[in-house]
Amino acid sequence: MKGTVTVDEPRCKGCALCIPVCPKGLLRLADARFNARGVHPVELIDPSSECTGCQLCATMCPEAAIAVYRAVRVRA
Amino acid sequence: MTVVAPEHAMTPVYEFPDSLTSVPTHYCPGCTHGIAHRLIAEVIDELAAKERTIGVASVGCSVFACRYFDVDFGQAPHGRAPAMATGIKRVAPEALVFTYQGDGDLASIGAAEILHAAVRGENITVFFINNAIYGMTGGQMAPTTLVGQKTASSPAGRSLVGQGAPLRVSELLAQVDGAAFVVRRSLHDVVQIRRAKKAIRRAFEVQEQGLGFSMVELLSSCPTNWGLKPDAALDFIRDEMVPAFPLGDFKVPEAETAGAAGAGTADSSAAGADAAGSAVAGRARRG
Ligand SMILES: Cc1ncc(C[n+]2csc(CCOP(=O)(O)OP(=O)(O)O)c2C)c(N)n1
Ligand code: SF4
Ligand code: SF4
Ligand code: SF4
Ligand SMILES: [Mg+2]
Repeated sequence: MKGTVTVDEPRCKGCALCIPVCPKGLLRLADARFNARGVHPVELIDPSSECTGCQLCATMCPEAAIAVYRAVRVRA
Repeated sequence: MTVVAPEHAMTPVYEFPDSLTSVPTHYCPGCTHGIAHRLIAEVIDELAAKERTIGVASVGCSVFACRYFDVDFGQAPHGRAPAMATGIKRVAPEALVFTYQGDGDLASIGAAEILHAAVRGENITVFFINNAIYGMTGGQMAPTTLVGQKTASSPAGRSLVGQGAPLRVSELLAQVDGAAFVVRRSLHDVVQIRRAKKAIRRAFEVQEQGLGFSMVELLSSCPTNWGLKPDAALDFIRDEMVPAFPLGDFKVPEAETAGAAGAGTADSSAAGADAAGSAVAGRARRG
């Protein structure tokens, strides 16, 4: 696993601007649930750990709702 | 590749900026006012200037910006943010002072204030959010509305005859001797957003160096009043606004026009600045 993201779901406005910028297509609107604003928040679907932590999604988000993490090499 | 447990091996590379509060914004979904806020806050964080930054909000959709930035803030009467920022900077020269103004606020009712703040070479930074419309009041025509663009007050589309052509504020202010740094960027995609952030940083640095008036114009979306979905609104910026408001550096300090290494110059070639932009030689002030 190279990277991952978390979405601050209550902040997310479901604008979907982050979705097309993900080069791996890992983001989608969670159409099975709503947040308190009544919108479908974005969620990361990454079963094969493809996220690289590239930050493109976070760069696009008007709400600063996406935090991005990258794997660091753990010393043995 | 070894799969490592995230809780032990993941390090944050992007987190919510310190210089924003956790208050949810009232902006419409996909409105790029939010991106502009985020970038300004990220740069204040990078400059470690949060404790000495003072913002001045204007009248328009960003009237509540004071709730969203975790820095000291004033809120000026419509169009008067540059006058308020002038007073703040003059009594607190150590503060990093910026205004945040829409196109209705800055280019219409506040046209005199912005022009004369530049003429005086006030050492303040202006973020000018050009969305080609009065967003807050329901989508009336602004001085920056495009020819043919339909708005609540130009239902047949803005017409050259009787309403005139859109006002290009950056080009206008670049003619003013007191202006040290005047550039236009856009928020319509990731590459442009990164360039916009660099320009915001450079504008603040120009103020820190005491070089005079700095302004970053940001082409921004108003999905609600344009009647477009958020992604289509970004396409509208790219396809309709950028041709009418070319991106580029209209004035940068002299050292940067001379040397290829200058942040502004590097940015301008990347953004495809036109010859007119680079021909306007920057003049360093109070340097
Ligand atoms: C003295 C005065 N005149 C008019 C108004 C009405 N008014 C409020 S916001 C606004 C224009 C806002 O447009 P802009 O500055 O482009 O900001 P946006 O909402 O598009 O971000 C106007 C005309 C006012 N509040 N005060
Ligand atoms: S960090 Fe990059 S790869 Fe990961 S979800 Fe965001 S855009 Fe996709
Ligand atoms: S860009 Fe931000 S607010 Fe918009 S859907 Fe993605 S996470 Fe939500
Ligand atoms: S009305 Fe337009 S400018 Fe105002 S918050 Fe909504 S989309 Fe943004
Ligand atoms: Mg506007």
